[in-house]
Amino acid sequence: MLRLVVRRLLQLIPTLLGLSVLLFLWLNRLPGGPASAILGERATEADVARINRALGLDQPVWVQYGRFLKRVVQLDLGTSTQTGQPVWDEFVLRFPATVELSVAAMLIAVAAGIPLGYLAARRRGGWLDVTAVSGSLIGICVPVFFLALLLKGVFAVGLGLFPSYGRLSTGLDATGVTGFAVLDGLLTGEFDATWDALVHLVLPAVTLASIPLAVIVRMTRASVLEVVGEDYVRTAESKGLEKRVVRVRHVLRNALLPVVTAVGLLTGSLLSGAVLTESVFSFGGIGSFIRTSIDARDYPVLVGFIMFIAMVYVLINLLVDLAYSLIDPRVRVH
Amino acid sequence: MPLLSVDELTVTFGGRDRRPSTAVDGVSFTVGQGQVVGLVGESGCGKSVTSLALMGLLPAKGVTVGGRADFDGTDLLTLSPARMRDLRGRELAMIFQDPLSSLNPVVPIGLQVTEILRRHRGLKGEPARKEAAQLLDRVGIPDPGRRLKEYPHQLSGGMRQRALIAMAVACAPRLLIADEPTTALDVTIQAQILELLRELVDQEGTALLMITHDLGVVAGLCDQVNVLYAGKAVETAGRRELFGHPTHPYAHGLLGSIPRLDAPRGEPLHPIRGSINDKIAWADGCAFAPRCDHYTLECLTGTPELTEPRAAGHRVRCVNPVLPAVPPTAEVPA
Amino acid sequence: MTAGTNRTQAGKESDAGDGSKERGESQGSKGSQGAKGSQGSGGAAGTAGTAGAVATGRAAKIDRLAELTRRTGATVGNSLWKEAFRRLRSNRMAVIGAVVIALFVVVAVVGPWVTPYSPTAQTWRGEVLANQGKFVGARGENWFGLDHLGRDMFSRMLVGARQTLLVGVVSMLIGLLLGALIGTLSGAAVTLGGRAGRRIDTVVMRVIDILLSLPSLLLAVSIAAVMGQSLTTVMIAVGVVQIPVFARLLRGSMLAQGGADYVLAAKALGIRRKRIVLTQILPNSLSPVIVQATLSLATAIIEAAALSYLGLGNPDPAVPEWGVMLSQAQRFFDNAPMMAVYPAVGIIITALGFTLLGEAMREALDPKLRG
Repeated sequence: MLRLVVRRLLQLIPTLLGLSVLLFLWLNRLPGGPASAILGERATEADVARINRALGLDQPVWVQYGRFLKRVVQLDLGTSTQTGQPVWDEFVLRFPATVELSVAAMLIAVAAGIPLGYLAARRRGGWLDVTAVSGSLIGICVPVFFLALLLKGVFAVGLGLFPSYGRLSTGLDATGVTGFAVLDGLLTGEFDATWDALVHLVLPAVTLASIPLAVIVRMTRASVLEVVGEDYVRTAESKGLEKRVVRVRHVLRNALLPVVTAVGLLTGSLLSGAVLTESVFSFGGIGSFIRTSIDARDYPVLVGFIMFIAMVYVLINLLVDLAYSLIDPRVRVH
Repeated sequence: MPLLSVDELTVTFGGRDRRPSTAVDGVSFTVGQGQVVGLVGESGCGKSVTSLALMGLLPAKGVTVGGRADFDGTDLLTLSPARMRDLRGRELAMIFQDPLSSLNPVVPIGLQVTEILRRHRGLKGEPARKEAAQLLDRVGIPDPGRRLKEYPHQLSGGMRQRALIAMAVACAPRLLIADEPTTALDVTIQAQILELLRELVDQEGTALLMITHDLGVVAGLCDQVNVLYAGKAVETAGRRELFGHPTHPYAHGLLGSIPRLDAPRGEPLHPIRGSINDKIAWADGCAFAPRCDHYTLECLTGTPELTEPRAAGHRVRCVNPVLPAVPPTAEVPA
Repeated sequence: MTAGTNRTQAGKESDAGDGSKERGESQGSKGSQGAKGSQGSGGAAGTAGTAGAVATGRAAKIDRLAELTRRTGATVGNSLWKEAFRRLRSNRMAVIGAVVIALFVVVAVVGPWVTPYSPTAQTWRGEVLANQGKFVGARGENWFGLDHLGRDMFSRMLVGARQTLLVGVVSMLIGLLLGALIGTLSGAAVTLGGRAGRRIDTVVMRVIDILLSLPSLLLAVSIAAVMGQSLTTVMIAVGVVQIPVFARLLRGSMLAQGGADYVLAAKALGIRRKRIVLTQILPNSLSPVIVQATLSLATAIIEAAALSYLGLGNPDPAVPEWGVMLSQAQRFFDNAPMMAVYPAVGIIITALGFTLLGEAMREALDPKLRG
C-alpha cells in the first residue's frame, strides 16, 4: 500500500511539471501577455517595455520558467490587486467554505444518486426509471446558476424556508478551529451555530449537487444494467444465494467501481459549479472571490486559481486512485 | 424412476416488440441417479438455454417456458422463485463455461465458497473456512489455505474451473449441470477437469448433465447422449450405440467430421456444410434439411417424429435415417 | 391424396405469420399421418410437373426448401449507419431531440426576420419607468412581456436564438476540428510510427490529459478573463476546453479500431499502412466523435451561458444572446422572474434537444446493443 502511494506520488511529478510548463507558456506567451493585461489596451510601448523589464520578461525563456517554477513551489502565486494580500493566503482563508460546500454537495449526490440509479436499473422501463433518466438528462441541461437563482427565489425569497445568502447569520461566529462552519460549531459546543451553518448550506449544496447527482444516477444505472448480465451474477444466482447477498456483494460491489472513478472526475466540475453557486448565494468561499476577481480583473487571483485548482485536482485524483486500488483487487496487485 | 425427467421442454424468447423465437422446442430426456447424460449440439441449438431453464436462471421477462421438468417429484418449471432459490446450490448445482467471467472479480475465492456453505448448510466463520479449504483440497487445488484469500485473477484457468466446481459440489447436490466446462481451457487441463468430474460422479453418485459440443467429452464421460439440433432432440441413444451407429444424418455428419488418427492418410474430412442459421421451421419440416445430403420432399412436410428405426431406446427424428442396410442416396425414388 | 399433400398446399398459400403457427399446433395430430403419407407427397410433386420425371421432383424439392428457408427470415446485415438510422427513427428520445433541434434551427435562421419589434428598441421605456420596479409581463402586444429597459422580450428571444446557435456551433467546431486533428495525428502516430510514434503519442496524450484534468469552465474563465470580453472570446474559450475531449476520444477509437481484425486483414493484403489509417481506421473511428459533437453542442451552449453569467459574455447590447439575457435578468429575479425564465427555458430545451439526440445516437451506434 505504501509503495503504491509513493509510486503514484512519483508519477505525479511529470504531470505537475507538464502543467507548470503549460501554465507558464499560456501566461507569458499568449498575445498581449501580462503587460497588456496589467496596463490595459491603451499602454504605450515604453510602458510595456518597462513592465516587461520589471517582471523579468526580457530574460531568456528558460530563466523565466525557472523563476516561475521556484515561485510556484514556494506557493507564491503573487498578490491580489483587490485586497493587496498574497493570493495563496486568500485561497487558504476561503478554501474551507468551498470544501464544506463541495463535500456537502457530493454527499447529497452520492447518497441520492446511487440508490436512485440502482432502483432505476432494477425496474428498467418503470415509472421510477423513466423519471430518473429524464430527470437526470434535464438536470445536466439546466445551467447551474439558473437553478441557484430559481431555488433561491422560491425557497429563500418566496417561501422564506432558508436563508438566501452567506454561511452564517450575523451575530453568530464559530470560525476559528478548522474553518468549517459546521464542524467548528460542534467542536466549540455552539450547536446553534452548527444548525445555522447547516441551514445556510442546504440550498447551495442542493444546487451544486444537481449535476453530479444526474451523472451518478445515469452511471450507476448503466453500470448496474451491465453487471446484472455478467456471468458471475448468474453464478451467484446458481448458488441459490439470498437476493440481498446477490445484490450487494455481487452486483453493487462491481457496479460501483466505475461510479467511484466518476465521483473523482466530478470533483472538477464541482469546483466549476462552486464558483457559480457561491456567487449566487454569496457563500464567501473561493468561488465568490473568483467572481469578484473577474469583475475587478484581478489577474494574479485568476491565474493563481487555475494553478491552485490543478493542485487540488491532482491530489483528488491521487486519492481516487488509492481508493480504487482498495476496492478493486485487480488494480492492487500490479 | 429417474432423478430428472424433462418432458416437452419449450423455451420461447420474445417481448412486446420482438418476433418470438423458439430456442428449445419440445425437448424430452431423463437423467438417472449417478448417470452422466450428454446434451450435444452446435452453439445455438438450445442446449445452454435448456440448462438455464432447468436451473430457473432464465430472465423473468420476455421468456416463456413450457413443458415439465420433474426433479424427484417436483416440477422445476412451476416452482416459486423462492423455492427454486432454496433448491439451487443445494439440490441442483451448475458449472459454467468461462471460469474467469463466472467468478466475481472483486470477491476473494474463500468468500465465494463460504457464502454457499453459509446459505445452505448454516456454516459460518472458522468452520466454514475449514470446510471451504477442504473443498478446494478435494477438487485438487494445492495450498487451499492461501488460495482462499486470493482473487480469481490470481488463479490459473484450470484452478478457477476447479474453484467453480468446488462451489458447485459444496452442498453435495444430487444433480450437477455442467455447461461446456472445458471449452475455455487448455487441452491438458480439459482432461484433468473431466477426470475430476468423473471422480465426483463415481464417489458421490451425483447425476451429471453434461452440455457440450465436444464429442470427445461425450465419448469419455457420458452414459446416455441426446443430440440437439435447432431446439429439438434429433437422436437419443446410449454412448456405445450412438458412436457405433449414428443414425440421424446430423449425428452421422458430426461423427464423420472428426479427424481420426486411424483413418488412411490423405482421406478428406467430411464437414457438414452450411451453418445452423440455414434452417427451416420445424413446423415446415426437418430443420436440418437445408444442410442434409439425404433430404427428400418428404422431409419438408412437417416435423419428423421420433422413431426407433435401429434398436430399442435408440430414438431418431428422421424420415431418411442413415441405416447400414440401405446405404443413403441423394434421391429416394418416387 | 393424403393429409401430407394438403398440408403442403396450405403451407404454400399461407403467410409466414399465422399460418405457420396453426400448422405448428396441428402438428401433434397430423404428424403420424405425415410419416405414413410419405409416398403420397412425393407422388404429388411428380404429377404436378408435366414430365413427371426425377428431374422435376428435384427442382420442386429445391424450390420448396428455398421457400421454407426464406421463411425463417434470417435478416441479412444492413450497414452500420443504415441500421443506426433505422433504430434512431424508432427511438422516441431521438425523435423528440431531432424535432427540438429542427425547431431551434428554424427559429435561429428565420427568427431575426420575423420579430414583431426591434430587439433593441426601448419602445416602452417610459411605461417601465412609470411602473417603478413592477415589470410588464406577458400581454397582447408583447407575448413575453418587456425587459428592464422596455424592450420586447419575444423579439429578443427570437434574435437571441441565432446568437446562441452561432456560439454553440462555432465553439463545437473549434473543439471538434482541433481535437480531431490532434487525435488523428496521435492515433496515426501509434499505428504507423513504431517506437518514435508511440513516444510522440505519449507526450501529446500527457498534455491532453493535463488539459482534461482542469475543470472546463474554469479554464474557459481564465482564457476569457485574459483575452477580454467579446463574443469571439466566449467561442474560443468554450471551444478550447472541448479540444482534449475530442482528441482523446478519436485517438482511443482509432487505437481500438487499429486492433480490429479487418485492419489485420488489410495489412495482410499488403495495403500501405498510411492508406489503411486513412481509408479504413479513420472512417470507422468517427461514430463516437459524431455523437460527442452532438453532445458538445449542448455543453457549449450551457457553458457559454455560464461565461455570460460571470460577466465574460458578449458586451454588445445590440446583440441579444440567451446567456447574456439570463445574466442581465438575474438582478431583477426577485421582481421579474419570467425575464430570466424565458432565456433559461430556451437554453434548457435546446441543450436537452442536443443531449437527447446525442444519447440516442450513442445507443443506436453501440454495437453491443445491435441485433
